[in-house]
Amino acid sequence: MRVYARTPLDISKVIVPRGQVHLIPERCKGCEICVQFCPQNVLCISDERNQKGYRIPMVIPGKETECVNCEFCTLVCPEFAIFTLPWNGDHDG
Amino acid sequence: MTAVKVADEHPLDAIIRADRMPHIWCPGCGIGIVMRCYAQAILDSQVPVDQHVVISGIGCSGRVAGYMNIDSYHTTHGRAIPFALGIKLAKPELMTTVFSGDGDLAAIGGNHLIHAARRNVDINVICVNNFNYGMTGGQVGPTTPRGARGTTAPYGNPELPFNLPYLVSASGANFVARWTTIHVRQIREDILYAFTRPGFTFIEVLAPCPVGFGKSNNIEDGLEEMELYRQRCVLVRDGDVRGDDLNIDLREDKPIYVGRFADWDRPPYEPVTVEMK
Amino acid sequence: MMDDRRVLTGKHFMNGDEACAEGALAAGCTFFGGYPITPSTEIAEHLARRMPEIGGVFIQMEDELGSMAAILGASAAGARSMTATSGPGLSLMMENLGLAVMLEIPCVVVDVQRGSPSTGLPTMPGQSDVMQARWGSHGDYEIVAYSPWSAQEMFDLTILAFNIADRYRSPVLILCDEVVGHMIERVVIPPKEQIDHWGRKRPKEPDNGRYEPFKVEDTDLVPPMVHAGEGYRVHFTGLTHDERGYPDMSAETHHQLVTRLVNKIRHNVDQIIRTEGYYLDDAQILVVAYGCTARSAQRAVREARQKGIQVGLLRLISLWPFPEVLVQELAEKVETIIVAEMNLGQMSREIQRATGHPVRGVFHAGGEMIPPETILEAIREAAA
Repeated sequence: MRVYARTPLDISKVIVPRGQVHLIPERCKGCEICVQFCPQNVLCISDERNQKGYRIPMVIPGKETECVNCEFCTLVCPEFAIFTLPWNGDHDG
Repeated sequence: MTAVKVADEHPLDAIIRADRMPHIWCPGCGIGIVMRCYAQAILDSQVPVDQHVVISGIGCSGRVAGYMNIDSYHTTHGRAIPFALGIKLAKPELMTTVFSGDGDLAAIGGNHLIHAARRNVDINVICVNNFNYGMTGGQVGPTTPRGARGTTAPYGNPELPFNLPYLVSASGANFVARWTTIHVRQIREDILYAFTRPGFTFIEVLAPCPVGFGKSNNIEDGLEEMELYRQRCVLVRDGDVRGDDLNIDLREDKPIYVGRFADWDRPPYEPVTVEMK
Repeated sequence: MMDDRRVLTGKHFMNGDEACAEGALAAGCTFFGGYPITPSTEIAEHLARRMPEIGGVFIQMEDELGSMAAILGASAAGARSMTATSGPGLSLMMENLGLAVMLEIPCVVVDVQRGSPSTGLPTMPGQSDVMQARWGSHGDYEIVAYSPWSAQEMFDLTILAFNIADRYRSPVLILCDEVVGHMIERVVIPPKEQIDHWGRKRPKEPDNGRYEPFKVEDTDLVPPMVHAGEGYRVHFTGLTHDERGYPDMSAETHHQLVTRLVNKIRHNVDQIIRTEGYYLDDAQILVVAYGCTARSAQRAVREARQKGIQVGLLRLISLWPFPEVLVQELAEKVETIIVAEMNLGQMSREIQRATGHPVRGVFHAGGEMIPPETILEAIREAAA
C-alpha cells in the first residue's frame, strides 16, 4: 500500500491504471531489458525456456496487481514479444 | 491481473511482416527497438500507411526494410539515400524514410549523406548507430570511438570518429536529433515530428550491439549498454553544447548529449519548373 | 501535362547527344539524374533545360553511383528514368546495374564512349566499353545494349531502349561514342502518335495482402511491375529472394532466380536484337562493325564492291544480346570475317567464340575514327 506524507485530497478520485502483461514466447530472446526497465519492477526472468532455449520473463509472484500499463516494456522490447494491455477484469490463475 | 498471458499476436503485427518473426537480430540488439518506434510512428502519423516507403542499405539496420509491412526497398551498400531521393522526386506524395546504420550511411554512403543534407531533400533518415559494422562481424566503422576494439582494429581503433549530428547539421539538414534506445517515447515523437518537417531530417539513435561491439569492448550485453545510456545521457537544450561535446565514448564517464540539435526552416529541395509562354 | 513540348515534331539539325535527350523526352522520360562527364555532358545540359519545360525532374547528382541509384528509385516509383555517362562513369555504376537486374527495375543508361582505359581521351571517341557493358557487374546476367551510328539513331534507339527496358524490366544501355554524340546531323522527329510506347506489365489483381511481386506466370518470364505507393506493400531486396520478394538464401532459390533473370532476356532475343546487312547475299568476305566505325566500313565495302570484291557488311545495331544465330549462319557462307572496331578486339572475340573461325581484326585503341581506307586495305588483303 502506498504511504503518503500527506494524503492527497482527491485520492479517492484518482484511479491507478492496471495492466495485463502479454508475451509471445517464441519471439523472446531473453535480453531481460523489460525486466530491468519496468518502473514497477513487476517482471523477472523465469526458468521456463522457449523453443530456441531463451529464458522468458514472468510476473513476480505476488506482484500480479502492480502493473500500471505504463507500456514501457511494450515500447522497449526489441522483439515485438512482450506488451501490456489494460486489464480487462479477468481473475484467472 | 494474472501472470503473463501467452499471446500469439502483437498489436503492431499489421504493420510488420509478422510471418517473418522472430527477426534475425541478436538478443539485446537495439535495432528492433528503433524499428518498433518507427512502426508505431507510421500508424500514428496522419499519412496513410500505403504512402509510406522505407529504403535501407546493407547491414543489420538495413534488414529493417524486410520486416516492415509497407513498400520497402533493400538496396546496395551506401546508396539508400540517392535511391530514396529518386523515389521522392518521382512521387513527391510519398513519405520517404531511409532506415540504415552508421557504417552504411556515414562511410560508404557518406557522400550521399552530406549532399542530400546540403540539398535539403525532403526525406527522413533514421540512423541506428551501434559504433561498428555489426552484420559482418564487428569491424570498426566511422563512428567507432578512438581506442575501442573491433575485428579490424585488434589493438584499438587508431582513428577519430565522426560526430554525426555535427556533420549532418553542418551539411545543412533541417532537423537533427540524437537519442538512444532507452528514449523510446522521444524517438517515436521525433520521428512523427520529422514526418511533418519539410526538408532533410536526420535522427541518430545509439543502440547496443552486444555481439559486434559489446563483446570486444567489455560491455557484457545489450542490457548493460542500455544501463550505460541511462546513467550517462543528458538532455541538451538549444545552444547548450559545443560541437565536440557531442563526441561519444562509452568508456569515459562523460555525458552523452541527446535531444534535438537542429531545427531549421531552410527551403527544401524543389525540382526546377519553368513557365512556358 | 506539357505533352506537346515533349515531342518536338519536325526536322532538326542537332548533335547526337541532344538527339538522344530529345528521344528520351519523346519516349516519356520524366527523370534524369546524372553527373557531368565528357563527352556525355551535353545530354545532361540539354535535359537541364528541357526537363523543367515538360514538368520532369533533372538533378545533377554528386557522383555516378548516386546517379544510378537515383534513377532506380525514380523508376521504382513509376517514372521512366535515364542517366548518361562515359566509360569511367559506367565503371562506377556497375554495382547498381546489378541491383537493377536483381530488382528488375527498368532504366536507360547512355554511355558515350571515349578513349579508355582510365582517364584516357575524354574528348575523343572509343568503343572500348563493349565488354564492360556486358560483364562489368558481378554475377551472371544478360544486358541489352544498342549502338547508334547517327544522330537520328541516337533519337530512335533511345526510344527503343525505353520500350525494351519497360517490357523486359531490365536496364538497357545505349553504347555510342564521342563522334556520334558530337556530330551534328539531320534528325527527323515524328508526330507523337507515331512514336511507339510499350508500357510495363502491370498486375492484374488488386492487392489482397498476399500479392507476390516476383511470381512469374507468363512465358516471357517477366513478372508484373508494382510501383512504390500503389498499396501493394511489396518488398524489393538485392538479396536472393523468393516470389514474395523475401530474402531466401538457399542455393536452390538462387539458381532458379538467376536462371530466370538470364532467360528473361535470352528467350526474348528475337524481339530485342537489331542488325542491318549490306551486300550480304553473295558475300565471300564479311565485315562486321558497329557505331561510327560502321560508317567507315560501309564506305569501304561499297568501294570494294565497285572493284568487284564480293564483300558484305553486317552492322550490329544491338551489341548485346549478341546475335549468335545470325553470325553463325553468315559465317558458314563466307570465307573470311573481318571485324573493325575502335578497341583491341572486344567484339571480335565474341565472333570468334560464336563461329569457331579465326577473325581478322582492324583494331585501334581509340582516339580517331578508323578511316575507310584502312578497312578497305584489310578487305583487299582478304580477297587476295
